[in-house]
Amino acid sequence: MTPTDIDKVFRDEAGRALATLIRLVGDFDLAEDALQDAFAVALERWSVCELPGNPRAWLVNVARNKAIDRVRRQAAFRGKQQALLHELELNAQAPAEPPAMLDDDMLRLIFTCCHPAFASEVQVALTLRTVCGLSTAQVARAFLVSEDAMGQRLVRAKQKIRLAGIPYEVPEPDALAPRLDGVLAVIYLVFTEGYVATSGADLMRPDLAAEAIRLARLLDRLMPDRAAIKGLLALMLLHDARRAGRETAAGDIVLLEEQDRSLWDRAQIEEGSRLVDDALRMPGRPQPYVVQAAIAALHARAPSYGQTDWPQIAGLYEVLVRINPSPVIELNHAAAISMVDGPARALDLVDATAARGGLDGYELLPAVRADLLRRLGRKQEARDAYAAATAATQLEPLRRLYARRVREMGD
Amino acid sequence: MQYLLMIYQNEAEYAKIDTGTSQKMSAEYEAFTQSIVRNGNFKAGDRLRPTTTATTVRVRDGKTLTTDGPFAETREQLGGYYLIEAKDLNAAIEIAARIPSARIGSIEVRPIWVYDK
Repeated sequence: MTPTDIDKVFRDEAGRALATLIRLVGDFDLAEDALQDAFAVALERWSVCELPGNPRAWLVNVARNKAIDRVRRQAAFRGKQQALLHELELNAQAPAEPPAMLDDDMLRLIFTCCHPAFASEVQVALTLRTVCGLSTAQVARAFLVSEDAMGQRLVRAKQKIRLAGIPYEVPEPDALAPRLDGVLAVIYLVFTEGYVATSGADLMRPDLAAEAIRLARLLDRLMPDRAAIKGLLALMLLHDARRAGRETAAGDIVLLEEQDRSLWDRAQIEEGSRLVDDALRMPGRPQPYVVQAAIAALHARAPSYGQTDWPQIAGLYEVLVRINPSPVIELNHAAAISMVDGPARALDLVDATAARGGLDGYELLPAVRADLLRRLGRKQEARDAYAAATAATQLEPLRRLYARRVREMGD
Repeated sequence: MQYLLMIYQNEAEYAKIDTGTSQKMSAEYEAFTQSIVRNGNFKAGDRLRPTTTATTVRVRDGKTLTTDGPFAETREQLGGYYLIEAKDLNAAIEIAARIPSARIGSIEVRPIWVYDK
């Protein structure tokens, strides 16, 4: 095998091998170091002979022996390490574990990295490093911080797992739903980070959107009976399928109404739509990710902006406003209403929501008002709103878009 | 593992509550304490006098300096603590969430530093 092939095997197996090792050796750092040792052995061995039948089992086995060596090498054996060594050696003699146990290891790792005792950016960093197997340097680039700073953050997080007694387990059934929401929030954060960041010039920057989709697929396979997971996976697939049409080569935003729909990834849209259907058929209360994905599917499958099923989209936003209210949802609801009942009705809705304080501090509010005023032909008010929208954003592409709108309106 | 659960709340606001509410709170604390004693989680616990009774001590150049009041002026003040034994952080968080003051103030959960023998 070539080093590139071996690298791919490492990349595919690292997360799952690490998940099992952590359970076997009971320590994040020891497991990581031992797995690195095993990679070094594999790199040597696999380049001259064939890949073993089950590379992950091979890696776990070699790494476990390396972990035993590492603990043995530590000069003074003290009570705790003696016990650990004993346990490790006992484990090493145990027969191979059933695959279900190994699936649980991966869930254990995901739930531990996304533990609510960590700040959300720490959850994201830990997940990218240990579950996705990104290097510390790659995670640092994703957060736009130095490798040293990210290394420190990861070390502190792993120390907290050990010292504060964060258990390496899948939450009990009565705690599972809120903890799963936390995991999904982390995956979505990874995705949106990648989604916004695709305009970056740094080619070395990891494709976070792809990582997020990979994570959601894995989670869906491990917990197939959860509508929220299917919904999130569908939502990300559907957004990602439209990636190619969203931006000009110069980095300008292309609005949905102007996008070339032939650039969209049809196969991915079909996959996302099937997942939405599956999720909608599952019992239980409507899940926000499923409803959002259903809206994304309607957009993605519409032949054109004008021929989009706006009444159904408006209805789905009404459901979202009820189960998961937020300024973004309120404004998107108003935008959908503008396509069904006209911009005047939508403007009333936006102004009524703003008057209730529901949109306070939300920076896209002037932009949405500007668009509605422009469509109503109220040019001076629209110009004022575009000026406010321009002042409210830091993003150059958005500023250029507003300037273009003002130019197109004429005097 | 052992954890210290530190109970923080706004003293000034708590001082303003009426007798009925305060009695209800005391009864809830009593029930909570008994439940963790029964479950074997309780190691120790106390309520503290307010920070108006606090004295902060420093020794500099061999001289003992005392100041009136707590170490830091903050919005919420340490008002009491429990020392508990719990299986892991999840169990400690679950117990902390049942402390009556968690609904009005906040509970800081800190693992006890254990030295290897």
